Amino acid sequence: MSETGDRAHTLRLELVDEPGELLRALEPIANNGGNLLSIFHERGSLTPRGHIPVEVDLECAPHRFEQIVAALRDAGVAVIAADAERYGEAITVLLVGDLVDTDLSDTLSRLEACSSASVADLSLTDEEGTEGISSARLRLAVQSGSAAQTLETVRSIATEKDLSVVEPLVGEL
Amino acid sequence: MRLAILGAGDVGRSVAELAGEYGHSVVALADSTSAVVDESGVDVAAALERKNEAGTVGDAAPEDALNADYDVLVEATPTTLGDAEPGFGHVRAALEADRHVVLANKGPVAERYDDVRALERDSDGEVRFEATVAGAIPALSTIDGVGPERVTAARGVLNGTANFILTRMAAEGPSYEHVLAEAQDLGVAEADPTFDVEGTDAALKCAILANVIHGGGYALEDVDVEGITNVPPSALELAAEDGRTVRLIGEVTADGARVGPRLVPENDALAVSGTMNIVQLETKHAGRLNISGRGAGGPETATAVLADVRRLD
Repeated sequence: MSETGDRAHTLRLELVDEPGELLRALEPIANNGGNLLSIFHERGSLTPRGHIPVEVDLECAPHRFEQIVAALRDAGVAVIAADAERYGEAITVLLVGDLVDTDLSDTLSRLEACSSASVADLSLTDEEGTEGISSARLRLAVQSGSAAQTLETVRSIATEKDLSVVEPLVGEL
Repeated sequence: MRLAILGAGDVGRSVAELAGEYGHSVVALADSTSAVVDESGVDVAAALERKNEAGTVGDAAPEDALNADYDVLVEATPTTLGDAEPGFGHVRAALEADRHVVLANKGPVAERYDDVRALERDSDGEVRFEATVAGAIPALSTIDGVGPERVTAARGVLNGTANFILTRMAAEGPSYEHVLAEAQDLGVAEADPTFDVEGTDAALKCAILANVIHGGGYALEDVDVEGITNVPPSALELAAEDGRTVRLIGEVTADGARVGPRLVPENDALAVSGTMNIVQLETKHAGRLNISGRGAGGPETATAVLADVRRLD
């Protein structure tokens, strides 16, 4: 059971292929208040340098996460990616059209309501000399594997509000 | 090989001019209103000079070119949509006479691919169409070499005009209308740019790629198309702030074919500049292949046409 307010995180580590390495990598997590949720240890697949990629899902209090990453690095563990979010991927899209009159905050909250996505960043500019037309760049954090589904949601909201979407290339997010 | 060339635009002219260098002879050359036929070899320079001065290539009627004694029909008349006529009729006539056909005209293989293949099955002639997708880029022969069943996706920048406009807008920030006018001055865009900027031309190429990869069944109406006319400079600016840019990308996957403006990283292989084209293939065993180069122009497209003629030898 986790305390209220704990957040889930994903860490990607790369371990040397030696006995005891995995245990050594997990100790700093436990010692700093992290609660292990799952460990995905890809013994079969080696990185170009011959290391073993390991993905660790954990929960901890918000202020603990940076301590855990620091402790891992102090222990000489290679931390490849430390997602401060529970989301494994991010996609960027552009929206063009009458963003204001079509209620931008409604657009954003409906994207957030789609459970697999969270708006991580938003930049907005007005198009000079064109009444009412503006462009927005949205960075959406999405759960691993749900990028296509999120894009589907973006498309359907855009169609309904008569906005143009410039999508990223899936597979090249 | 003895070539009969239909169409005396940039591509037809260049094929006629370069044929000798490749060891072929031109036995007929036609434009939309006239033709010159000479089984001992057309004087190409004289015919093209006459075209420049009088607007006709010879005294014969255009249909006489189809009755000439040729080995390969080079179909380089303008692309038409729907029934793809008169290009499709030319393909039919050549195949029914057991002659080979090399297409620069996209219509027959974009709109009536299955019909063309059916005619080919009943003929001793063969149809090739490398020049219809991305000009000089050997996209189709690469797919053929890898094996269509081992190509899991194809994507690319398939229209130089749209790419020129997006590149200029991203670099300088002028409006779409401004850059379009500039492109028209430079001869990069046609007086009627609809075909290019609304994505139709790229979509025809996508339909052809989809036909080759999936073994037929595609026409223009099966491609989901969006052009670049709704992409304002502010959208390109927002993309640039984030290290990205926008390109009109044609994409063929197992799910189908689509053309639309897409965000790509600025230093991505697909972010070619100006009028350049690129075709990117995802392959089952060899990862990603990128082939970039000139996607339009007379000698460039003629190079693809003449490469097809060589493959028939």
